[in-house]
Order: sequence, then structure tokens, then C-alpha cells
Amino acid sequence: MAIFLTENSRVVVQGMTGSEGQKHTRRMIDSGTAIVGGVNPKKAGQSVDFEGTAVPVFGGVKDAVDETDADVSVLFVPPAFTKAAVVEAVDAAISLVVVITEGVPVHDSAQLFAYAQSKGTTRVIGPNCPGLISPGKSNAGIIPANITDGGRVGLVSKSGTLTYQMMYELRDFGFSTAVGIGGDPIIGTTHIDCLRAFEEDPDTDAVVMIGEIGGDAEERAADYIKDHVSKPVVGYVAGFTAPEGKTMGHAGAIVSGSSGTAQAKKEALEAVGVKVGKTPSETAQLMREILQAG
Amino acid sequence: MDLMEYQAKELFAKHDVPVTLGTVVQEAGDAEAAAEALGGRVVVKAQVKIGGRGKAGGVKLAENPQEAVERAEAILGMDIKGHTVHRVLVAPTADIAEEYYFSFLVDRANRGFLCIASIEGGVEIEEVARTNPDAVAKVSIDPQTGVDDAKAAEIVAATRFPEEVVEEAEALVKRLWAVFVEEDASLVEVNPLVRLGDGRLEALDGKITLDENAEFRHDDHAGFEIKDQVDPLEQEAKEKGLNYVKLDGEVGIIGNGAGLVMSTLDVVAYAGEAHSGVKPANFLDIGGGASAEVMANGLHIILGDGQVRSVFVNVFGGITACDAVANGIVHALELLGEEANKPLVVRLDGNNVEEGRRILEEADHPLVSLADTMDGGADRAAELAASERS
Repeated sequence: MAIFLTENSRVVVQGMTGSEGQKHTRRMIDSGTAIVGGVNPKKAGQSVDFEGTAVPVFGGVKDAVDETDADVSVLFVPPAFTKAAVVEAVDAAISLVVVITEGVPVHDSAQLFAYAQSKGTTRVIGPNCPGLISPGKSNAGIIPANITDGGRVGLVSKSGTLTYQMMYELRDFGFSTAVGIGGDPIIGTTHIDCLRAFEEDPDTDAVVMIGEIGGDAEERAADYIKDHVSKPVVGYVAGFTAPEGKTMGHAGAIVSGSSGTAQAKKEALEAVGVKVGKTPSETAQLMREILQAG
Repeated sequence: MDLMEYQAKELFAKHDVPVTLGTVVQEAGDAEAAAEALGGRVVVKAQVKIGGRGKAGGVKLAENPQEAVERAEAILGMDIKGHTVHRVLVAPTADIAEEYYFSFLVDRANRGFLCIASIEGGVEIEEVARTNPDAVAKVSIDPQTGVDDAKAAEIVAATRFPEEVVEEAEALVKRLWAVFVEEDASLVEVNPLVRLGDGRLEALDGKITLDENAEFRHDDHAGFEIKDQVDPLEQEAKEKGLNYVKLDGEVGIIGNGAGLVMSTLDVVAYAGEAHSGVKPANFLDIGGGASAEVMANGLHIILGDGQVRSVFVNVFGGITACDAVANGIVHALELLGEEANKPLVVRLDGNNVEEGRRILEEADHPLVSLADTMDGGADRAAELAASERS
């Protein structure tokens, strides 16, 4: 097992024919993902050849689902068109939409999430995220597949490169699923959603949770862990040295007044028994000790 | 992007939210004519992007145009919580009967929007929330339906606006919602929203944060950027498409990915504790593709910071291969020539790392040293900065 994405996932790519879309579709295919189609209304009926694998292009997500039984969509469409593309995927009742696109206006993110919620059939991950990977099974997004193999650690992170760094640090253990949820103020899948899924996943033994400054998602995750998570969780929070009022790369990564600080997040997590590392390597070491003791 | 009060008021006026604009001046002498035009008796208000201006002495009443000049002289150049005042707003005085608080904001927790309002305005809302939480109304807003007549009525009722202003308040709430949605704001705050002596409502102050991700559909928003308020290095970085934040330290930082760069700053700060307290000098995310040009631009900006004593390049090759990053560094140093004059510690891991390290070892640049781990690289860079400083 794994969470959200398994060896049975059938993936379509919205924006597959663009340069980023093509590049990453090739990588997803190379890492064993079942890519069953692309979507581009202007290129419907054509197909794109990925070194011997011909992937059909459909005019819409609905057509792709009807023809291929796709249940996951990965989006590489530009910010201005992202909301409409997600709405289309939701209307096709795709069960998982992974929005890689960076720079989506927050009003669009709020609306597309509310729309998905109102329909109740689609989970959204992102926007502005690297996607998720269940190593050896499927890879929906841009996470490099060659960092580590499958294993029994779950990972949820706001940051892409810290996801890679942590997978690398714990490459001798491997991961059930690693989910990059993105660092925007409004995201479709939160730390809590992933913690819940990892808790229920029989093939995940422990979870690494990576947060960063801004908002109070980590504090809320701490509350959730206290009452609902029995598996060991190790945490890391980036941004202790971030100054107030400056956006640190991710649109949501900002300390406002005294709220959203890394220190407050660390304290909230430690208060519920989560061990929090000062650095990525120390965090990995904490997880290593738990796994070796267990 | 946070707007100043006078800019927020311009957007309020555009959406028919009642305001009196006043005049912005940068020279104290200009306050005289501005005050005369407004009838003589005015309020002179510091324009900075930070709250608590009044408490800091940045908002003063002037009885006549001459006094307005004196007030402007006193306020211009003032430092308010680290923000230097370069502009003052000369605004008409208002006959205030009551002060309220009103805001729309992004609600991260519920992944929607939230209205926070109170009939106890004019002070910090956090203060009201602490001392009299019952006086603060919080109303969730579904992004799909927004603020329609029913939602406006719900907000006004929850806030317990006085009976005589209910109708006007409902109309005002819808106009402020139009500002929030149509301008792609992530925050619209009016504090105070006042009831004037004659019963009308007016936005006496305003704070708006615009979503920079939405600039593609707002051609006019770029005009709100005030260049003299931006650090020159940050301005240059922005023009080159780099994500750079200037900090106050000695170790220049370059990395890929916002999270990894934030983490690198922290790790360098910890390492600095053992090396005379040196600190990270900046945040710089070069993103996915680390071409020679991007690397050269990044190094150029970091080396333009006179405080920098060493540079730590921390890259995890995910999609970007480490050999491309290594070539980027080598070529960047060639492009920069003499300008590259500080030691560079480079840590590479991930995709094609062996080839990346080989390229750097072969280039054998006198300023470049390789680190095996992120922690080791941070320690080395901090140590170099400390020794360069002494």
C-alpha cells in the first residue's frame, strides 16, 4: 500500500504537450508511472511519442477518463488557466488532481478548492508543489524517482527540495509515499490530511513532517497528532532565521508579527511528543533512531 | 505586495468605498499648500507599511498650514519600527462619532476567506480580541458564493453595527468585498472605519495586501511598487528574476528551492554560533535550473553586499543535474572575473553528483572548496567568514 497514489493509479497529464509537461511526463514514464493520456483541446486525437511509448492526447479530461479510466491528473498548465483546468478535472470526477503550477493567484486556489470540496469526489494536492511519489509504484509530479526506493517511512512536506533532501538522508530506509503539499497560503491537501492517511496506511510505520514559517498549519497538525496519530512522527521546521514581514520564496512563507514563526511551530510539535530536529540531518537521525529501536 | 494607506485609499475610491484622499507629500514645505487646499486644519500621517503609526508619533493634528509643515518636518525621516518615513499624507480632519474595525482576509486554516469585524475599532484588533473577544465577529466566506446580500447582512448583524447605519454598512461591506475580489487582494483592512457626526460611514485608514501572483491580470498594480522603499540589491535581484532577500550577516547563501534555502540559513546560523556569531547574509533561491548565467547573476548580487565574507552554495540536484550546476559555478566565476573575491564553499548532492564534484575538482578554482554534507559546508562557510572578518 501507499497513500493517494499506488501501482494501480492511471495518470493523465494536463499540459503534457508544453515543454515542462513533456519533460516531466517522460520522467514519470521512466519511473514506472502508468501515464495513460495527455489533455490539450488543440491537439486532440494526436499522440506524443516518449521513446517508444505513444501517449494519446485527448480534447478534455472527461474524454481521457472515458477512454482510459484515468483516476489521477497532474497539471502543468500556466497559472492563468489553472483554475479552469482543475474545475475540468473535478467535473470529470478524477479522484486526485496534482497541481504542480507555481504562481496561482490565491483567489483562484480558494475557488478551485471550494469547488472540489463541493463536488466531494476529488482530492487536490498543491498548487505550487512537487507532487507525490510512491517509490517503485507511481510518480505524479516532479520528484526525482532515483533518490530512494520504496520503504515504510511516510513523508509530508511544504517544500520540494527539502523533500528530496530528506528522502536522500533516509535513502537506506526508503519511503511508502512522499507528498509535497506546497507552500502557498491555500493548498488542497494539508499536513493533517497526509497524517490521517499515513496513520491508516498499513505499510507506513512512521512519518516525517516538514514545515516552514507562515500560517499555523504545523500547530494545527500538532493538535491533530495529539489525538489521532499513534505512529511515531518526527518533525522539521525551516525558517528560524527568517525576518518578520519578508516572503521567503514560497508565497505562504512569511512571519507576520509574532505569528507563523518557526519557534512557535517547533514548540507546538514538541508539546505533543513530536521530536523536532534542528537541521535536516538531525531530523533524519531522530527518525533513524526510532526505526532502529522499533 | 503591501500598499501604503494612500494607495489603499485610491483603490477604495475606485470601488466607491467612501474615503477622503488628501495629498501625499515628500517635502515638508509642500504640506502647506496641501493643508490650505483642505481648509487649513489637517492630520499629517506617516506613510509606512507597518502598524502602530499613531503610537509611534507618526500621526499628528495640525491646526493650520504652517503647523502642517512643522508636523511634516517632524514626521518625515522618522523611524517607525525600522521603517523610515519618506512620505506623509496630509488628510482632512474628520468629525468622528464612532470607530469600527473591518477586514477581509485569506483564511489558511479553512482554505477560504474570513471577515473579521468589530464595533470596537481604532485600536489593534488583536488587543480587542484579547480584552473583549465577544466584541469581535468572525464570519467565514465561501469563495464560490462570496459576499452577496445575505452574507453582507449576516456580517453586519454579527458585528452588531448600530441600527441607524445597518443599511449603509451592508452596502459598504459589499464594496469592500469588491475591492478584495476584483483587485485580487489577500487582505483588505479598514481601521478605523468611522461613523461621522453626520451619520455617514467612511474608511479613515486602509491597509491592502495585493497578491503578486495575480499581477498578470492587473496591469495597474505594478505602479504601486515604490522603488525607493526597496533595498537596491533586492531591486536588482527582482529585475533579474531572482528570489532574494537581504539579511544582516556575513555568509552569502545560494541554494535551490525555497525550503532548502530557508533551511540553509538556519544551519549556517547554528554553525555561526561556534564561529564568532557570523550569520547568513541573504536568502537567494535560484530555483530549478542553475545555468551559468543564473549562477553568475546570483553571485554578482551576493558579492555586491559589502558585508559578505564567504559564500555557501547548497544545491540538491533533483531535476537539475549536479554537473550542470558545477559547470554553472565554473562559468559564473569566469564571467565574474576579478569581481569574485570571496571564498565559495559548495555542497552538491543528488542527481549526477559524482560528475558535478569531478568538474569542480578539475577546475580547481582557488576560491572554491567542496563540502560533503550540508552541515559540513555550513560550518566551513561560517568559519571562513569569521576568519575573513578578523
